[in-house]
Amino acid sequence: MLRKVLRIGLGSGLSNRGLRTRRGGFTLDWDAKMSEFKKKIECILPGKQWEELYDTSHLPPKQSDVVIVGGGILGLSVAFWLKKLESRRGAIRVLVVEQDHTYSRASSTGPSVGGIWQQFSVPENVQLSLFSVDFLRNINEHLAVVDAPLVDLRYNPSGCLLLASEKDAATLENNVKMQRQEGAKVCLISPEQLQNKFPWINTEGVALASYGMEDEGWFDAWSLLQGLRRKVQSMGVLLYQGEVTRFITSSGQMQTPSGEQVVLRRINEVHVKMDKSLEYQPVECAAVINAAGPWSGQVAELAGIGKGLPGTLQGTKLPVEPRKRYVHLWHCPQGPGLETPLVADISGVYFRREGLGSNYLGGYSPTEEEEPDPTNLEVDHDFFQNKVWPHLAQRVPSFKTLKVQRSWAGYYDYNTFDQNGVVGPHPLVVNMYFATGFSGHGLQHAPGIGRAVAEMVLDGQFNTIDMSPFLFTRFYLGEKLQAYNIL
Amino acid sequence: MAAPRAFLRLGAREWNARARGIHSMSEPVTPDSSRKKRTLLQFLSDYFHDIHALREYLLRKQILKGNRKNRSFADIQEKYGPYVTGALFILKQGGAVKFQDKEWIRPNERGHFPTEFLEFRKVPVEAVDASGCAINYQGMSNLLPLKELRFLSLQCCPNVDDWCLSRLYLLADSLQELSLAGCPQVSERGLACLHHLQNLRRLDISDLPAVSHPGLTQILVEEMLPHCEVLGTDWAQGLKLEPDQQPQNTPSPVSP
Repeated sequence: MLRKVLRIGLGSGLSNRGLRTRRGGFTLDWDAKMSEFKKKIECILPGKQWEELYDTSHLPPKQSDVVIVGGGILGLSVAFWLKKLESRRGAIRVLVVEQDHTYSRASSTGPSVGGIWQQFSVPENVQLSLFSVDFLRNINEHLAVVDAPLVDLRYNPSGCLLLASEKDAATLENNVKMQRQEGAKVCLISPEQLQNKFPWINTEGVALASYGMEDEGWFDAWSLLQGLRRKVQSMGVLLYQGEVTRFITSSGQMQTPSGEQVVLRRINEVHVKMDKSLEYQPVECAAVINAAGPWSGQVAELAGIGKGLPGTLQGTKLPVEPRKRYVHLWHCPQGPGLETPLVADISGVYFRREGLGSNYLGGYSPTEEEEPDPTNLEVDHDFFQNKVWPHLAQRVPSFKTLKVQRSWAGYYDYNTFDQNGVVGPHPLVVNMYFATGFSGHGLQHAPGIGRAVAEMVLDGQFNTIDMSPFLFTRFYLGEKLQAYNIL
Repeated sequence: MAAPRAFLRLGAREWNARARGIHSMSEPVTPDSSRKKRTLLQFLSDYFHDIHALREYLLRKQILKGNRKNRSFADIQEKYGPYVTGALFILKQGGAVKFQDKEWIRPNERGHFPTEFLEFRKVPVEAVDASGCAINYQGMSNLLPLKELRFLSLQCCPNVDDWCLSRLYLLADSLQELSLAGCPQVSERGLACLHHLQNLRRLDISDLPAVSHPGLTQILVEEMLPHCEVLGTDWAQGLKLEPDQQPQNTPSPVSP
């Protein structure tokens, strides 16, 4: 009965009464719209299948103020500080898109060695480390969630020992002077003092060493990651598993003060594709944070960064690419004792103790020619035999009789330009902010970097630590932030 | 008349229960607590955002309460010097202090202590007994200027953790006796940084619940500090004899 009325009303009524205006149709394609509308009404009527409307609760929201690409330690840290520094409770809506919620495939945080030290040659890195140590010390004040267990970082305050040969001794001394000025508690040790303090070391070839007395050591990266996830979820950040496949941008011509024409681009929408399906959700956003770690270069290319003539600002790519690094766990019953710090040798080999049972963790940063193939996470066991063990045995003689228990591989978000991070907005794609490229230091600097990026997004400038040497423009201007890096 | 009073008494008991519930907010979730009855605020916070915000606020207040006790006494330090400042800090927390060649100064049950030590500006402090005090990382900065400190007891301090132990290297020149017995947050990772204290002669690390293998830790600490007497658990505590093996042919210390 109802159906008949509707059919009469919709069918004949329209053509008779003419809902069209005198000029033409109400809208373009009125007939197609009407047939769609009729189909929808027919579905709602009892007896028909409810096909048209479907459940979208598994998709991310249609709108979000900030979209963070990458849910590892850096992405979660930025989300945490954005919610902590917002002016009003609930002011910013943040969405974090992470490819893999188990963090097993491509994350750098899971397999990480977890060290934290202040022995850098760039003052901003030292400041970042000092702030991060402060954050980790008060981790249960920062990440307190009602009714949740406390975060146990399993922090080992054993310090970090850097060895230097004759030619690097002067650089090391200058660095230590700068670090002490910034407030790090690092001291220089001569080879004789080194032999007295750590009798298991062979000081041949060592001209000078620097040792961190306090605020240096290593901790459990996984528990920090889980603690941050819990806290940001309680603060209202939405975490979705998916992949960013496309950016919808709009551009406009602007003129610089010197009269040059510049095309500025803005990201309007982010297409988030769901895991194991072809569904995607276009998320409208105001700012996008690129914290995708080793895959940041690919995400930047999606936004059109680097598409231009090489040598121009449009053609400057984000030089972050994945590099595979191995970590080996070995057992040595006669090895160094409980007081072993994180030792970084002249040759590039580093190791630290793991637990109480004479186990040691370590690795080696290979040179450019020896780089392992980054397309997979397979471990090359010959690498340890040929590259790592000789140097270990030379530095610590008791390591001649070690036995490798396990090895695993992880990716560094390696910055091929100067191995230091990229922080801040892109000059041409105005609402993409970077927090990536830290080449192995991302974990220990994560609280500081998160705060810096959040300040940039919310206030437009760096308020606490001045990270302007880390901006993107240095790739175009060619100003390398050279650092005497240990690992 | 009796009925309203009984009602009021019931109300007071409920209030107390709720207060206890508030203070248990950030405790680690154990399997028993899920079976225990949830407090009223916990139940309500699942339904009302306001109650949830209230619980978050109360949790923050609880966390920040500990910080007040450990604030830095910098202004007193300028006026009276480092020794008096350290002594004042410890006495206010409830511990005891001994100046060189003087007697132990302790607060009485009400927390009052004699104030004649305020004149001892040049007399170094040689022993501090901070057992049971709420001293934490911040508060230790008041203790570290005491360069002639020989005896330090941090027994059963609930807030002393591995971070605090990493600061003790500043007292390495003078510290001879250190006691960490019963501290719930000290683990073997913090004990590893005691290797700086080369003048240490006595170290007490018994009863540390956070240390995973007490016997093994004691052996490693003894190796790390060869000149120090380490008091802790007996090394054979963790060992267990196989049921079918008898200790044959082992030389017994007491000959029959």
